[in-house]
Amino acid sequence: MKRRLLTGNGAAAWGARLANVDYVPAFPITPQTEIIETLGSWIDSKEMAGRMVTLESEHSMVTAAGAAAATGVRVFTATSSQGLLYAMEMLYTVAGWRAPFVMVNVSRGLSAPITLEPDHNDILAARDSGFLQIHAATCQEVLDSVLMAYRLSEDARVRLPVIVNLDGFYLSFTREPVEVPKEDKVLSFLPPFDPENIRFRASTPISQAVAVLGGGPYSYFRYETHLAALNALSVFDEISVEFGRFFGRSFDAVEAYRTEDAEFVFVMMGSFATKAKEATDRLREAGWLVGLVRPKLFRPFPKEHFLKLLKGKKGIAVIDQNISMGKGGVLYTELASVLYGSLDDGPVMASFIGGLGGRDISSEEFFEIAKVIRRAAEEGKAPPPRLLYTEEELREMRKLQVIANAERNQAGKRVGKKDE
Amino acid sequence: MATLKQLAEKEELFTGGHRLCAGCGIPQIIRLILRSVGENCSVVGTTATGCLEVGTSIYPYSSWRIPWIHSAFENASATMTGIEAAYNALKRKGKIAKDKEIKFLAMGGDGGTYDIGFQALSGALERGQDFVYLCYDNGAYMNTGIQRSSATPFGSATTTSPAGSAIPGKTQWRKDLTRIVAAHNIPYAAQASAHNWKDLQRKAERAFAVKGPAFLNVVSPCPLGWYSKPELSMETAKLAVETCYWPIYEIDEGVLKVNYKPKEKKPIEEWLKLQGRFKHLFKEENKGLLKEFQDRIDLEWARLLDLDGKHI
Repeated sequence: MKRRLLTGNGAAAWGARLANVDYVPAFPITPQTEIIETLGSWIDSKEMAGRMVTLESEHSMVTAAGAAAATGVRVFTATSSQGLLYAMEMLYTVAGWRAPFVMVNVSRGLSAPITLEPDHNDILAARDSGFLQIHAATCQEVLDSVLMAYRLSEDARVRLPVIVNLDGFYLSFTREPVEVPKEDKVLSFLPPFDPENIRFRASTPISQAVAVLGGGPYSYFRYETHLAALNALSVFDEISVEFGRFFGRSFDAVEAYRTEDAEFVFVMMGSFATKAKEATDRLREAGWLVGLVRPKLFRPFPKEHFLKLLKGKKGIAVIDQNISMGKGGVLYTELASVLYGSLDDGPVMASFIGGLGGRDISSEEFFEIAKVIRRAAEEGKAPPPRLLYTEEELREMRKLQVIANAERNQAGKRVGKKDE
Repeated sequence: MATLKQLAEKEELFTGGHRLCAGCGIPQIIRLILRSVGENCSVVGTTATGCLEVGTSIYPYSSWRIPWIHSAFENASATMTGIEAAYNALKRKGKIAKDKEIKFLAMGGDGGTYDIGFQALSGALERGQDFVYLCYDNGAYMNTGIQRSSATPFGSATTTSPAGSAIPGKTQWRKDLTRIVAAHNIPYAAQASAHNWKDLQRKAERAFAVKGPAFLNVVSPCPLGWYSKPELSMETAKLAVETCYWPIYEIDEGVLKVNYKPKEKKPIEEWLKLQGRFKHLFKEENKGLLKEFQDRIDLEWARLLDLDGKHI
């Protein structure tokens, strides 16, 4: 097995290449572009057999991806942030078609204010679309997730599109050593797409994606999609065992790090969870019994995995890299709904929001979070949600505002002079 | 070129029993176009959200005897892009015979084509997708209950441009989409009318025959939105052409040809008076608008005749 130094984007491209995709509808957006540039160059040099077409928008891109998958070929596409939201109507639509394909999303905070750096509000906006979601934390996981995603998506018990999420900049542009599996091995793990009953063939009349009248038929199709998504839980576990057998590394739905004897657990998604991992080690050195739980699979939500891992813990700190305006952290809410009533003497939960627009979460902050959750467990009372932001940051922000005001006043004066 | 009898003998690919209104121009446009796909060719279709889609595909029934998919309102062109790409991939891999002739047909109303679907259409034309785009132009968002679109005629009353005391219906001229499409330098673009089956059929055959994008813009009477008599639909469509409101012409490999020049151009009132949406234009205080309408048609028609037979 070869190890190459790859960026997260490069690893995503390798995933698509090894999956031997037939069609790549594309549209550029920072920080995703490197993926489609890489695939474009491979197709151009005949290292890859598929075809890539640059559409005129992400809306058309996801449309074309779904339409091609519904016709029975293997499709890959990628986007980010604003692009994902621009395509949102079609995310719901092609999931309703039960079109199996894989899309990589390179997470980036949403406008306004517009930014390039990551958080998870883009990907979580797709939470209810019917796309399944795998969240990667390392470049290796990005490649592995793409291969897993094709197996999951094309499985006849599932037949739903899958998004593989990686964080912009932190993963997309960071180089890590990645084991790139051999083509023949991938071919055994992931054979060519067999569309089976997915048929949209000329000379065979069939009407797809038709309208329904009334709530009965509508509910039927929506429930079917939901049940298919739930099927993906056991199918994922099945494929994950196979993955381990083929490639010698595990790919579990939920990663548990030093949780066995832990009293307190951090819960996080994506690459920022590696910061929590580092903090866990430091806290352990300082004598704290802490651990980390990180869902890779977010849709379907791996409820049973969480219950098993969090049973008997004293406190849980969910650190959300997203914010639902007027509510708070999305992962916190999801986990709370799973734990409520499911565990006797359940752990105290605390909600933290951080890492928005790529803001760092420092080691000190993880120590502070640990303190808060320990105190909460001692008092048996959940603390109010916390938005991670330091006094220093606020001071810096105030400085920027002073400059902005001064600039505005200067500009106003210049305009005023002209008027005179 | 098939005779009407020969056409009638062809297999019906669009069945009756659909839910389109009496007097609607769409079904006969579709039936004729599906009959114009060459012999031994298969056709694959997609329809933008709208009357045609809702009227033909309520589960578990379908009027389509072809592989057909509905996508969304604005993306019939992108849907066909994906399907065409998939067929090409299947051919490359030998899963479909390489020489199998498959035609791709995207369909949409004027709202889904002139307005919300314009970006996807323009993209597909620029990419040179090998497909036929059919716009059935009934001049407003009829499926949602007659709202103005950029294809709505000047002066027309719609529910979002009602004729009242402040504003006399739509105040803007319609978008000249056929010419805009032709400006993409595609092999074939044409304007046709539901009443002239011979012209429409020839154009559809040509559209399917060319390699690359082809565009058909067909005026389609809508008794519901035009406030016209269902039994006069074809007559109404004919008058749209006879008055030169809707000239029928084509741009084939860059050369414009006016396919029908009325011996005597009828005054626009002839067309307007059959339709309740223009009723207010006949009021004394709106006389100026009628003249404005006629002057604009005269100008557009003269411009078109200037281009007749020329490379544009």
